[in-house]
Amino acid sequence: MRSLMWLFAPAALLAQINVPYERIRDANKEPGNWLTYSRDYTGQRYSPLDQINAGNVAKLRVAWMRQVDELDTFETSPIVVDGTLFITAPPNVVEALDAATGRTLWSYQKDLPADLRLCCGKVNRGLAILGNTLYYGSNDAHLIALDARTGSLRWDVTMADYKSGYSSTGAPLAVKDKIIAGMAGGEYGTRGFIDGYDARTGKRLWRFNTIPAKGEPGNETWEGESWKTGSAATWVTGAYDPESNTVYWGTGNPGPDWNGDVRTGDNLYSDCLIALDPDTGAKKWHFQYTPHDMNDWDSTQTPILADGMAQGQPRKMVVLANRNGFYYALDRTNGKFIAGRPYVKQTWASGLDEAGRPMRVPAAVPSTEGTLIWPSLAGGSNWYSSTYNPKTDLYYVNVKEMAAIYIKGDAEYKPGALFNGGGQTDYLDEEPYGAVRALEVATGQLRWEYKLHLPSNSGLMTTAGGLVFGSNGTSFFALDAGKGALLWRFETGGGGGIDANPISYMSDGKQYVAIAAGHALLVFGLE
Amino acid sequence: MKLAPLLVLSAIAALAAGTETKVKLPASRADLLRGEKLFQVHCSRCHGAKGEGSRGPALTRPKLRHAPDDAALLKVIEEGIRGTEMPGAGAMSDHEMRQAAAYVRSLGKAPMKPVPGDPARGAEIYRGKGNCAGCHSIHGEGGVAGPDLSTIGESRSGAYLRESIVDPQAAVPEGYLLVTVVPRSGASVTGIRVNEDSFSIQVRDSSGRSYSFWKGDIAQLDKQKGKSPMPSYKGQLSDAELTDVVAYLASLKERK
Repeated sequence: MRSLMWLFAPAALLAQINVPYERIRDANKEPGNWLTYSRDYTGQRYSPLDQINAGNVAKLRVAWMRQVDELDTFETSPIVVDGTLFITAPPNVVEALDAATGRTLWSYQKDLPADLRLCCGKVNRGLAILGNTLYYGSNDAHLIALDARTGSLRWDVTMADYKSGYSSTGAPLAVKDKIIAGMAGGEYGTRGFIDGYDARTGKRLWRFNTIPAKGEPGNETWEGESWKTGSAATWVTGAYDPESNTVYWGTGNPGPDWNGDVRTGDNLYSDCLIALDPDTGAKKWHFQYTPHDMNDWDSTQTPILADGMAQGQPRKMVVLANRNGFYYALDRTNGKFIAGRPYVKQTWASGLDEAGRPMRVPAAVPSTEGTLIWPSLAGGSNWYSSTYNPKTDLYYVNVKEMAAIYIKGDAEYKPGALFNGGGQTDYLDEEPYGAVRALEVATGQLRWEYKLHLPSNSGLMTTAGGLVFGSNGTSFFALDAGKGALLWRFETGGGGGIDANPISYMSDGKQYVAIAAGHALLVFGLE
Repeated sequence: MKLAPLLVLSAIAALAAGTETKVKLPASRADLLRGEKLFQVHCSRCHGAKGEGSRGPALTRPKLRHAPDDAALLKVIEEGIRGTEMPGAGAMSDHEMRQAAAYVRSLGKAPMKPVPGDPARGAEIYRGKGNCAGCHSIHGEGGVAGPDLSTIGESRSGAYLRESIVDPQAAVPEGYLLVTVVPRSGASVTGIRVNEDSFSIQVRDSSGRSYSFWKGDIAQLDKQKGKSPMPSYKGQLSDAELTDVVAYLASLKERK
């Protein structure tokens, strides 16, 4: 009953923001809000709202927009609580906006150090809320807590030293009384981690290092001292299963990215999905998608928890379309491989073995002269959201069909400097393109695709209205979730295109869809 | 608060200015050999195997316009040159960039071969017999069907220009994809694709007129990849005339 009260809270109660853990756990009871990065803990980025649907989506129009003040890539995924929308924006800004009008309620900015080095600009992907406190990862690798009602600072803790290449760009995850946060900086020879903090005080309660130290199991998968600079960053938000009390969080590429000679071995736990106990940070299991990665194929995208029939049995699965070009369904209770197959063109593996381990093509590795390999370093998909619709039982992914010429270079570590060991040059003889693909969740089998002119850089969201929202270049569009037909499109004209995930929410009884496009947040409603 | 970023910026500028004088490129034989190898992989596609120039300018010259000193050269290699086709070298480490820069500097020590021919005679052929101005502009005079040539001498080598004249299809410049759009109703249009996404395409014909089509309204879309609307001048101009036109084009540089 309590959740119903929140759902129908009148505008006058805007200041009474309070989101205890139980509201996030039971997010389906209040479909008009978007309380955590992926709306709920499953990572599905599925909205149960259906006011906007296949029958009326053609009448979707811009309701309001909020432009940002700096030109870094705008990757925020807003959260929405009872009529207030919270965003992160470049340069290191957090704002509260009235969800109906777009008017600013407060704005917080933390100045960044002048010597901060970031691989990819002052990007941030969003926030967590717990109680009346907002949490976000500041680009200088601090975790910051703000009063959600006023934007005033509650606490600011250092996660790691930005001078050694650490940063923070992903949205934290609030679980019970803790804030789970990852780090960024996988191109700087860092050592990755996932942290658990006391939500009230900011005290760090545990740290799971994504690279085991000497003497710990897994360290033997790194040659010599290479583990110390092996990265395996954790820059995108994970998922959580309250039933088994398990957090699922992805890890990034091993460093140096393209030169594997200096780190022979599988390089655990890079390119893994890690199942953690959020109370202690203890690892329950891990699954490595790309052992000894030499192509920068981070496996950090948000995993999706889905239940369904697989191989004739009801299974609790965790699924994702990996940057390495393969789709994977795992048993989320034990990390065992259920099924997997390529969802884009790939030339680096002849397939997956029974345990889900890729069978490498020996010649398909970076070389000093350059080696042509599908997919490109940007992957078959990337950090942005895939989405799962329980009504269609389909997994939707925005793909890139493109190759690259991978070059192996020097791998000399200097603290705080890029540690790439090579790179790629574009391969354009076969014109790259994109597509939204709908896959059977238990197998990865292609059900339909909607072809796109450009490889995509942005996430998808599916709704109970039978829609899949997505972007390509500067266009934002809606497809029919069942068949993949185009139902609506809007040219955002966004400088630099769209690099963000859509969300949907309700304000004053009206459904909205929001996307960060170029340098503005656009919010759409029915006319 | 508004002042703070300005102060930070000037601090960065001061730091950058301070570091510029300190750049010292590696000079050992091993560094130069490694630099040459890096050049082959990362730079030779545009600047030629020995830096003689091709699609990109020749680097076999003692002074490089965008890289008056070694700090500027490193910056060009790392970040590219805005507004040109020169990309940054994201795939090289700091040390590798210095080795590549050292090799580029070594190229400038050999005497540079001048482009042969008579530029003044070339200019006459360009405007007269060749009718090049029908499609190309130089400092605002001429057509818009082909690329503007006002500063073409800065970015293309003589050999590359010569090939483009006798065999335009050898390398069609970026942004000059020739397309024919046949709409469901109305006349078809042939021209250069100026923009395209999943839903629409924009085309400019040889007269400079632009057209826009929804893809749903198109019956047929032909992309003539690798085709150039430019005719070949092979056999149209004598060898000496070609040499003079190339000399003229090679002389076209930014007005100071």
